[in-house]
Amino acid sequence: MRTWIAAGLLLISLTSSAAIETYQFDSAEQEARFRQLGLELRCPKCQNQAIGDSDAEISGDLRAELYRMIKAGSTDREIKDFMVARYGRYVLYKPPLDRQTLVLWFGPVVFLLIGGVVVALRIRQSKRALEQGDADA
Amino acid sequence: MSRLTLWLPLVVFAVLVGFFFRGLSLDPNAQPSALIGKPLPQFALTELHTKASLSKADLPKTPFLLNVWASWCITCQVEHPYLTDLANTLPIVGLNYKDTERAAQNWLKKLGDPYTMHVFDPTGGMGLDLGVAGAPETFLVDADGIVRVRIQGEVNARVYREQIAPVLRELGQ
Repeated sequence: MRTWIAAGLLLISLTSSAAIETYQFDSAEQEARFRQLGLELRCPKCQNQAIGDSDAEISGDLRAELYRMIKAGSTDREIKDFMVARYGRYVLYKPPLDRQTLVLWFGPVVFLLIGGVVVALRIRQSKRALEQGDADA
Repeated sequence: MSRLTLWLPLVVFAVLVGFFFRGLSLDPNAQPSALIGKPLPQFALTELHTKASLSKADLPKTPFLLNVWASWCITCQVEHPYLTDLANTLPIVGLNYKDTERAAQNWLKKLGDPYTMHVFDPTGGMGLDLGVAGAPETFLVDADGIVRVRIQGEVNARVYREQIAPVLRELGQ
């Protein structure tokens, strides 16, 4: 008997997933967009969670809004603009490339170049020092 | 030349320390509102008690605070006494956010009512248009209906002194 109760208890799953609402989509493409955008939009209340992955109240609201907009035929661009107009750039995990984000996108490349130049200069210097040392000897 | 290059690591280190030190005092939860400097969004909602329809045109024509609150929100209770005090100096419009009529009315009955007007937003649609992430949030709106300040979380004497009062002075109040 005990074993049966234990086995029965095991059937009740204690894990819960964040996005619990069930949404019905017209097509698999719509559903894929919902998932994709749910991962690209950031929860405004959380530090580092996408709305598709967050249990916060506001994330649920934004998922509902996302669903509504996808069903209404909004493009990804329109949906992102809608969110940014309300919650600011913060909601985008992938910031768009424009004047404000130039440093963000190209800063690493610039630093890599600077590093490369420094290394090249050092190598050349030490080479010259070596050659000079050979000449002295 | 080589003397100068010897100092370079120290300079780089100092710059990094500067950045990290600044980072220590930044609040990662504070997000600038997308609405600052923009007009308050339009809305078509109802009054909490009378169910009369309310729109942007019904809002005060002087600077006012728009306080987003709910009966389920603990911090709203914390800031409530301060808002009650503040109501003597500045009109406060309450936006009841994702709440039920009865719970909201009981809350006001029990704790007192600092609001000059009650906008009832049970679905949170207005909150969404305002970019509200959760209650409480408070917006300072000027006489032209432009959003000037957004405060996430509790409004208290310090927040008022540091964030609201300077902008009010600027507005000539």
